[in-house]
Amino acid sequence: MSEPELSVQGLDAAYGASQVLFGVSFDVGRGETLALMGRNGAGKSTTLKAIAGVLPPRAGQVILRGKDMAGRKPYRVAHSGIAYVPEDRQVFPEHTVEENLEIAQKRGLDGTAGWTIPRAFESFPLLLPLRRRMAGRLSGGEQQMLTIARALMGNPAVLLLDEPSEGLAPLIVAEIGRLIRKLRSAGTTIVLAEQNSRFCLAVATRVAVIDKGGIVWHGDVEQFHTDPTVQSRYLQV
Amino acid sequence: MDLGELVSCVGSLSCLVTQVSAGLTIGLLLFLVASGLTLIFGVLGLVNFAHGTLYMLGAYFALSAYAATGSFLVSTLAGTLGVATFGLLIERTLFRRIYGADVLMQLLVCYALILIMDDVVKIIWGGDFLKMDMPDTFRRPPFIIGGGIVPLFYLVLFGVTLAVALLLALCMGRTRFGRTVRAAAVNSTMVASLGVNTNMVFAAVFAIGAALAGLAGALSAPIRSVVPGAGVSILIESFIVTVIGGMGSIGGALVAALLIGLTRSFGSIGFPLFTEGLMFLMMAVVLLLKPSGLAGKHPA
Repeated sequence: MSEPELSVQGLDAAYGASQVLFGVSFDVGRGETLALMGRNGAGKSTTLKAIAGVLPPRAGQVILRGKDMAGRKPYRVAHSGIAYVPEDRQVFPEHTVEENLEIAQKRGLDGTAGWTIPRAFESFPLLLPLRRRMAGRLSGGEQQMLTIARALMGNPAVLLLDEPSEGLAPLIVAEIGRLIRKLRSAGTTIVLAEQNSRFCLAVATRVAVIDKGGIVWHGDVEQFHTDPTVQSRYLQV
Repeated sequence: MDLGELVSCVGSLSCLVTQVSAGLTIGLLLFLVASGLTLIFGVLGLVNFAHGTLYMLGAYFALSAYAATGSFLVSTLAGTLGVATFGLLIERTLFRRIYGADVLMQLLVCYALILIMDDVVKIIWGGDFLKMDMPDTFRRPPFIIGGGIVPLFYLVLFGVTLAVALLLALCMGRTRFGRTVRAAAVNSTMVASLGVNTNMVFAAVFAIGAALAGLAGALSAPIRSVVPGAGVSILIESFIVTVIGGMGSIGGALVAALLIGLTRSFGSIGFPLFTEGLMFLMMAVVLLLKPSGLAGKHPA
């Protein structure tokens, strides 16, 4: 792997007095999709929050294209090219679909506005007929698509997705999987935290397994497939 | 109580016109102050007890600017922009530290600011009742409509406040800035995660709220006495307006402010000794029937 797009080094994070992450480290190459897998409470969501700056890390580095983002405020992290889609989606319920997208619109790192509202509707055609509907009145799957589209409006280099398949019907999950693969082939680097291993294996190129706040396994998705011990040891409940 | 007077006033066009125009004047000035108060509460979660102080400063700034230049336009701009700048200053140094804090803490900080600014005003302008001269442009015989008296300045005031109300509604409802502000009011963390510097948004909202109070102060300077402590009574009335209209609702504040203005104006005829009480009574009735206010979503 050449210089990684995103390199997380020795990340510590805590909620108050209880520490959740103990030196999380992993790299993601440009255009790769890394699935961060682990049991409930292993630290997947916390890792994404710490990268996004929503939960300021206690220690460690978050290096995006050679620049350390750790400790920056969330809006600075977003401006630097990291977009974050939280687990509970957090659409703006009393804004229309189109307004949700508009609030997030900004230029990318190279100054280009690659993602525009028309392009978002092109890539997320299900949202087009809903564009004047209040986001709070969308179904869970529609809201998930909206949050992904909204995150892309900032033209990020890296997209962080927290449990994008959670609580959604299989058909919608498959649709979101297609979207993620399309984003990858368009060159977006993606880190997703997931429990659904079938979904992960369908969309990811690399896998990092997290357990008790530390990375315990790291490799290509093919290696993950052929390593029976990692799945039984760290992922089964 | 003098119900007979009230009935005969409502029955006569001339008295009706006079009282309605006076009531609208009171109400629209109140709306300017209350809309800023409700905006700051709705977006920042700050109960700005010092909002009346901003109104008072607007009046003093206008007074001095008018004395120096003799221009009503300059005095109005000085009151508005001067208070916006002052608001920005105290927001950055003081208020941003108490967003979302306990109301008691907010009250304490605001009360300290009220006392300090009342004394600062006394040092600069003295403790006497001052009044800005009515600008020559507006010093004309009042309009007589249906036998009722409507001073020209009242019409200027209607025009300016209604234009500002419209502008505010357009800004909050139809612009990207307004939509971002409303989103930040609901979920500022998510707005920040989308790359918006929410600190700047909050500072801008506070400055807008302060500017509205400053404008109200500046517009009131030719028709009301300018005096240290002038902020307290308008603050109480603004709170009543905010509670009746619904905390955080600008449209609700407009309706409630006009209601209070007319109540004061007609109450002074029908219940001259109970005008203040009437406002509180009205607030109590609204709260009993609709605890979240006319247009609010959360109980006050």
